Amino acid sequence: MTTTSASTASAGVFDDITSSESSLRRFLHGLPGVDQVGAEGRAASLGTRSIKTTAKAYALDLAIRMVDLTTLEGQDTPGKVRALASKAMRPDPADPTCPATAAVCVYPDMVGTAKEVLGDSGVHVAAVATAFPSGRAALDIKLADTRDAVEAGADEIDMVIDRGAFLSGRYLQVFDEIVAVREACARPDGQSAHLKVIFETGELQTYDNVRRASWLAMMAGAHFIKTSTGKVQPAATLPVTLVMLEAVRDFREQTGQMVGVKPAGGIRAAKDAIKYLVMVNEVAGPDWLDPDWFRFGASTLLNDLLMQRTKMTTGRYSGPDYFTLD
Amino acid sequence: MVSTGSTTGKSAVFDYAPAPESRSIVDIKPSYGLFIDGDFVDGHGKSFKTISPATEEVLAEVSEADDADVDLAVKAARRAYTRVWSRMPGKERAKYLYRIARIIQERGRELAVLESLDNGKPIKESRDVDIPMVAAHFFYYAGWADKLEYSGFGAGNPRPLGVAGQVIPWNFPLLMLAWKIAPALAAGNTVVLKPAETTPLTALLFAEICQQADLPRGVVNIVTGAGDTGRTIVSHADVDKVAFTGSTEVGKAIARAVAGTDKKVTLELGGKAANIVFDDAPVDQAVEGIVTGIFFNQGHVCCAGSRLLVQESVADEVLERLKRRMGTLRVGDPLDKNTDIGAINSAEQLAKIRELSDIGEQEGAGRWSPACDLPKNGFWFPPTVFTGVSQAHRIAREEIFGPVLSVLTFRTPAEAVEKANNTPYGLSAGVWTEKGSRILWMADQLRAGVVWANTFNKFDPSSPFGGYKESGYGREGGRHGLEGYLR
Amino acid sequence: MNASTTRLDVRKTYKLYIGGEFPRSESGRSYVVNDAKGRLMANAALASRKDARDAVVAARKAFPGWSGRTAYNRAQVVYRVAEVLEGRRDQFQAELIAAEGVTAAKARIYVDAAIDRLVWYAGWADKIGQVTGNANPVAGPFFNLSSPEPTGVVAVVAPKGPLLGLVSVVAPAIVTGNTVVVVASEQHPLTAITLGEVMATSDLPGGVVNVLTGSQAEIAPWLASHMDVNALDLTGVTDPDLARSLEEAAADNLKRVRRPAAAPVDWLADPGIDRMTWLLETKTVWHPVGV
Repeated sequence: MTTTSASTASAGVFDDITSSESSLRRFLHGLPGVDQVGAEGRAASLGTRSIKTTAKAYALDLAIRMVDLTTLEGQDTPGKVRALASKAMRPDPADPTCPATAAVCVYPDMVGTAKEVLGDSGVHVAAVATAFPSGRAALDIKLADTRDAVEAGADEIDMVIDRGAFLSGRYLQVFDEIVAVREACARPDGQSAHLKVIFETGELQTYDNVRRASWLAMMAGAHFIKTSTGKVQPAATLPVTLVMLEAVRDFREQTGQMVGVKPAGGIRAAKDAIKYLVMVNEVAGPDWLDPDWFRFGASTLLNDLLMQRTKMTTGRYSGPDYFTLD
Repeated sequence: MVSTGSTTGKSAVFDYAPAPESRSIVDIKPSYGLFIDGDFVDGHGKSFKTISPATEEVLAEVSEADDADVDLAVKAARRAYTRVWSRMPGKERAKYLYRIARIIQERGRELAVLESLDNGKPIKESRDVDIPMVAAHFFYYAGWADKLEYSGFGAGNPRPLGVAGQVIPWNFPLLMLAWKIAPALAAGNTVVLKPAETTPLTALLFAEICQQADLPRGVVNIVTGAGDTGRTIVSHADVDKVAFTGSTEVGKAIARAVAGTDKKVTLELGGKAANIVFDDAPVDQAVEGIVTGIFFNQGHVCCAGSRLLVQESVADEVLERLKRRMGTLRVGDPLDKNTDIGAINSAEQLAKIRELSDIGEQEGAGRWSPACDLPKNGFWFPPTVFTGVSQAHRIAREEIFGPVLSVLTFRTPAEAVEKANNTPYGLSAGVWTEKGSRILWMADQLRAGVVWANTFNKFDPSSPFGGYKESGYGREGGRHGLEGYLR
Repeated sequence: MNASTTRLDVRKTYKLYIGGEFPRSESGRSYVVNDAKGRLMANAALASRKDARDAVVAARKAFPGWSGRTAYNRAQVVYRVAEVLEGRRDQFQAELIAAEGVTAAKARIYVDAAIDRLVWYAGWADKIGQVTGNANPVAGPFFNLSSPEPTGVVAVVAPKGPLLGLVSVVAPAIVTGNTVVVVASEQHPLTAITLGEVMATSDLPGGVVNVLTGSQAEIAPWLASHMDVNALDLTGVTDPDLARSLEEAAADNLKRVRRPAAAPVDWLADPGIDRMTWLLETKTVWHPVGV
């Protein structure tokens, strides 16, 4: 991931807005509303695009390159994480032309294990931090969680926002926390792990909230905004992602800075992944069609992408037995 | 705009490959007769060609019904009315309509392809909007056939009128047929329907569906032809009811033609709808609504939101977003599943759109279209916006019936209402604002038969549609849609 | 009878009723109206096309205010017309006897029926919307409501019944929020002007009802072709050729047209609601339902 993005997003531009609770609230509540039916209608109509032949082949490979291959279970073990990391580097052992995924996404205690396997393969290690998935811990614990993961070699930190604070209108608290976590992402070498900010849109409930959370996070310096932890239903949906893509588009319009988007959870089929890519293409624009700017948080999606990829190359339908289960 | 096949910049890597719907599903005959009294018969008149507006390819030869043909059709309809249809219990009529609805669903793909071929509209619209709504319309009115005494019309004992002469336009060929035939049949009338001369094919396929449904002979008669055929139907002495959708000009001629007769008339005519965007609108959805409002069906929509009234304080922002959005519209092959804007229906219509657009330019309005390559053959017009338009411009007053939007600004709600209502038309209007009380105030003030608030171009079989003033009279759809077919 | 004690009648000058005023015809013309026995009753104003034009302007001006009132308020105003008419039963009875030559009993029946009809229509003001409106169960997340609105300015050629007939065509138009220009019965115009006096003193805003007296054949074509008239009621037209040509003229701006009845109308019968519904436009409002 490039580091030209929001490294100084909040500096200057939004100082007036984020100087007080009331000015931040005024700003967020002054954003244009989102009509639920209209947004869902637009998402559904983008979903009817028919992606065939060369476009489909391109989309499948791009989608594979955008996957944050994820395991976030209490039962995760080093063995499981090593297997996952291997798969991330070589998703289809039978086909060397198959690209690697963008990253593996694990709990902080598994960062070291993953890093060992991935080395300098180019596949990043992303760690969920800040008392994932609920975010219910004291700030210093969240920051320590973050620092641990960065120290263990995480390239990317997926933090959760404090939904309780957000829903009770304490926007400044959420803002400050994101700023603090972003600072905790710094590494001694002066580089910094990239920060993805998870909203848990299933808990924010309304698209108005999703738009506000998006701006809040972008102003606080998020490199990515991410829909969900995968632990709450509904997780990623097309309309939620639409609203977030509109936000990053508008943010660039206003600041010149790009922020990435990551839908996570619930995207299992290649067909669905392609719908997301169509939406990225037509809403945010082709600049976002890059693993630096768009990711899928997923696990089972990868095998379906591989199956469809094989179908494209062999011309026949494949079956699950021909793909690794890791 | 993305023109199918062109490639620029980074988007080149995700340039959607053509995804054409197969046209082999539909079997177009080289020539068609008239559907009279349950059979396809040769007309007495000449024949004419119907072409694909996307390619100018001849699709079929179609009979032009003359006076004698129309007379035969009306006689067949009268016979069917007197002997069969008006006597049949409502519940049996209902079952025929349900049957037709089901066959339309079963043959939906075929109908959609045929509609896109003959009309030029994108397959995604014929497939996802027109044809499903056609089936829904028959389902809706089927259920009324045996419940008419609860409709509130005819003082508790509603009776059909007799033979309905129906003339429909080319913009939604099969859907307009459904809007006409479904309520007419449900109420116990029989029909003689003339589809538009540029889009007769789905109506002729519908005739086949009537045969498949074993609909009694003469209940539905389809006569093809142009204006003369339409005039003959309207003025036929044995027609009890005239239903017309089309231009206000022809609507007025029909109103004159039926003067002094006992014929009941419904007219669904032109419009010049204002789509009003306030500064507190849900802006992304408003932009979608503007796009849907004017570019849906190439703007060949009587209720199209052809006048954008945007509050001056957000005009620049809305316009910028609109232009960006227009840049993603895909113009091209109607049968490509990714096409957003298809072909203009005819050379005549294209000439009219060009003429009015040129006038807009001459009158000093700023003209803008996204860059795009239009196909060589066929009739094409890029999505176009005119800015700096005032009420005095012809493009703000006349119905262009194409993908051409005029942008005007306003400062206050009262000014928006004044400008919106400042037209002889009164078919539809749009309002975009997050303020509930303002929506209701605007909805009250706008003199239009349909007001879409925070949405646009939505239709439903249960929802009445029709205009005020010169947009016509009578309603189609819903319980109200029965009124024009009952006494 | 002693001449010195004979009191000379004070005759009434019958003028037009336009915009709440009682002007003479701008043309300065009048025509003789005789009673049933052929004796002079009065000279009625012979309205001109310019009077018709003024009446349309008055009706248009009154439309936003009148249609914008609450239905409850319109009901009260129309009911008030009935109240005031009730107080002048004897006057109207006498006028009907003189004009139509009917018996006192018959005249009383017509007067009472006219009052009762006003009361009946008054009650409809806040109910017709409920009877003709609809909540539509569309197949999607949308609130969808159809409700009736007045058509606008209505030109009415009144039938012969000088009171009951007139009330029966005007009341349904105004109770639904329309404003009216009525061409009174050519033969019996005086009662229409007296009714105008009732309306002028009944809280009915000026311009809601405008009464023209004179020649149908002269005035009606101007109303039929007037581009600011929205509907044309031909109930009182008895000449089929005139009816047809008026309907043709009405097509110029697609006026809603009510043709003359095929058979003579029994004004004492239950009128039903269709004299209201034909002057209502159905407006359908859509709004998404979401959070």
